[in-house]
Amino acid sequence: MSEILTKSTARNIFYGGSAFFFAIFLALTAHSYLYMVNKSTDSAGLTDSVERGKRVWERNACFDCHTIYGEGARFAPEVGDVFKRWNGETDPAGAKQMIKDWMKSQPSGTPGRRQMPHFDLSDQQLDDLADFLAWASRTNTQGWPPRKSK
Amino acid sequence: MRYESQNIAKIYWYGALLIFAVQVVFGLIGGTIYVLPNLFPTDLLPFNVVRMIHTNALVVWLLLGFFGAAYFLIPEEAEREIHSPFLAYVQFAIFFFGALAAVAGYLFHIYADQARSYLEQPLWVKLGIIVAALIFLFNISMTVLQGRKTAITNVLLLGLWGVAIFFLFSLYNPANLSVDKMFWWYVVHLWVEGVWELVMASILAFIMLKMTGVDREVIEKWLYVIVATTLFTGVLGTGHHYYWIGAPGYWQWIGSVFSALEVVPFFGMVVFTFAMVWKGRRDHPNKAALLWSLGCSVLAFFGAGVWGFLHTLSSVNFYTHGTQVTAAHGHLAFYGAYVCVNLAIMSYAFPLLKNRAPYNQVLNMLSFWLITSGVVFMTVTLTFAGVLQTHLERVNGIPYMDVQDQLGFFYLLRLGAGAVTVVGVLLFIYSILVPREQEAIAPTSLTTAPAE
Ligand code: HEM
Ligand code: HEM
Ligand SMILES: [Fe+2]
Repeated sequence: MSEILTKSTARNIFYGGSAFFFAIFLALTAHSYLYMVNKSTDSAGLTDSVERGKRVWERNACFDCHTIYGEGARFAPEVGDVFKRWNGETDPAGAKQMIKDWMKSQPSGTPGRRQMPHFDLSDQQLDDLADFLAWASRTNTQGWPPRKSK
Repeated sequence: MRYESQNIAKIYWYGALLIFAVQVVFGLIGGTIYVLPNLFPTDLLPFNVVRMIHTNALVVWLLLGFFGAAYFLIPEEAEREIHSPFLAYVQFAIFFFGALAAVAGYLFHIYADQARSYLEQPLWVKLGIIVAALIFLFNISMTVLQGRKTAITNVLLLGLWGVAIFFLFSLYNPANLSVDKMFWWYVVHLWVEGVWELVMASILAFIMLKMTGVDREVIEKWLYVIVATTLFTGVLGTGHHYYWIGAPGYWQWIGSVFSALEVVPFFGMVVFTFAMVWKGRRDHPNKAALLWSLGCSVLAFFGAGVWGFLHTLSSVNFYTHGTQVTAAHGHLAFYGAYVCVNLAIMSYAFPLLKNRAPYNQVLNMLSFWLITSGVVFMTVTLTFAGVLQTHLERVNGIPYMDVQDQLGFFYLLRLGAGAVTVVGVLLFIYSILVPREQEAIAPTSLTTAPAE
């Protein structure tokens, strides 16, 4: 590497190249943003209730046990598709009720089983949370997660 | 040590080591909950609180370590005292208080209303971090601008500016989950696979410069080449997190190609550190610092490079995404790259700051082997658990909780390895903080003249 590449050439390649790749990245992010807002997510269905539900999810740090779209902690099941797994596509009201009942029944206290805390959520908060999970299940995640049937 | 203000580093590193201990102890508690889920009352100490303390403490102490490293090496590089030691202490007070308050608050279930993974700090702590970062950047930029400019300070400054700028995205949390996730990675990925790597490479370059006696021109050219490959691959490599969050399908190609190439800078650092040590042929008395530096590049190569590559191609990631494979990689990557680089510069600097020959070298090196075997073993057990989980849950379609029940053995092994890690960490802290009068092995000839 001695004379072919001088230090100042290396420096210029570093600055120039980094700026170049960063610019491409920004452009692709901008495009992805539009894609998300217009195509892959249910923007029209992003109601106040869904947004409040997202804040309930955040306020109680659910992601520090669960994954959503595969991100978060790995201590508890994925919830990005829980609404679908609980048959929300055919029976939305039923799935919503199941989510609310689930929240109220924790912790299970079953010996040897991982425990989920009891969160003191109002009926409204439970509704919002269920709406948020229902909304999240409608996003086009390129076919993830892999599930056999169901 | 040649400049009075290098002493500022000490307080940062004391703070860092304290929080390091907290981090691994809470890791151990988390590992215990995996094995004995009913041991701690769920309402007092639920897993999510334990995990947020573990991960936040990690990030915060690593940052404290970086600040310390900057205050230590910038005076020597810039050939002048830090612009304002007073501001440096103010910055420490704000940052350290914010960090402690955040961690203590978590215990009482106080965290941000809009918390996200790694970013659970309440808003006022985030703002405090930003203020502290601004003070820091002002202080070191002034020092560098008025002093000698070297490649090491250029890259270090760029990296630290980047750390602060990307942290600003932590304040943006839109209602659309997919958009939220896309920008969340601006903080997390662009940190650890972007600007933090710049900080790491410049610290390693500084250590190589001081310890091997190789010519500055050679070292700095290497440094630019390495960080160029970092950003050329790492920025678009962010795409490996955009496969399944609602982003367009093209990320599967871009993310796979560029993140696979992210192995290059890590391999470059291995070649760099070994080539410099070999070329320098200098018998530096601080064996422990050398061990940590070489260990750093090698373990980062395995943790980030090999374990990262393992699950980075979109066709593989489709199955492994969000399994214990991710946790395995997270541990070895963070440890190899950022824990080791911090412990390397501390091992190098503390004897100089205390004005004495390298001390407790045997203990220090023993702690390297203890922590390293602990973390490597945790990584291996989690990898087994993750591969099994991938197969049973993602391929065979068995429900999550049923699969977890079958992984208990691996979580038990992880807990054991975690305990070894914690012992190693405490030993490291002891070996740094408590100099002993008589060395177990006497250091070889004390070379006084630094490399240049
Ligand atoms: C230098 C030492 C360590 C480092 C750098 C480290 C780093 C990390 C990181 C980055 C995460 C988040 C990763 C992810 O969510 O994928 C994490 C999570 C975790 N760590 Fe550690 N850790 C260390 C030591 C330990 C120890 C000693 C234990 C004890 C067994 C431990 C147990 C855990 C647990 C249980 C989690 C949560 C995993 C989950 O989300 O389910 N860690 N650690
Ligand atoms: C020192 C550098 C690195 C560190 C500290 C690091 C750390 C981490 C952590 C903590 C996560 C989990 C994030 C979360 O979901 O909470 C993660 C995910 C990931 N990392 Fe790295 N990483 C590094 C470098 C790399 C490299 C070089 C590659 C590729 C070659 C890579 C590939 C991945 C992939 C594909 C994921 C997503 C895993 C999933 O789908 O669940 N990482 N990394
Ligand atoms: Fe990444």
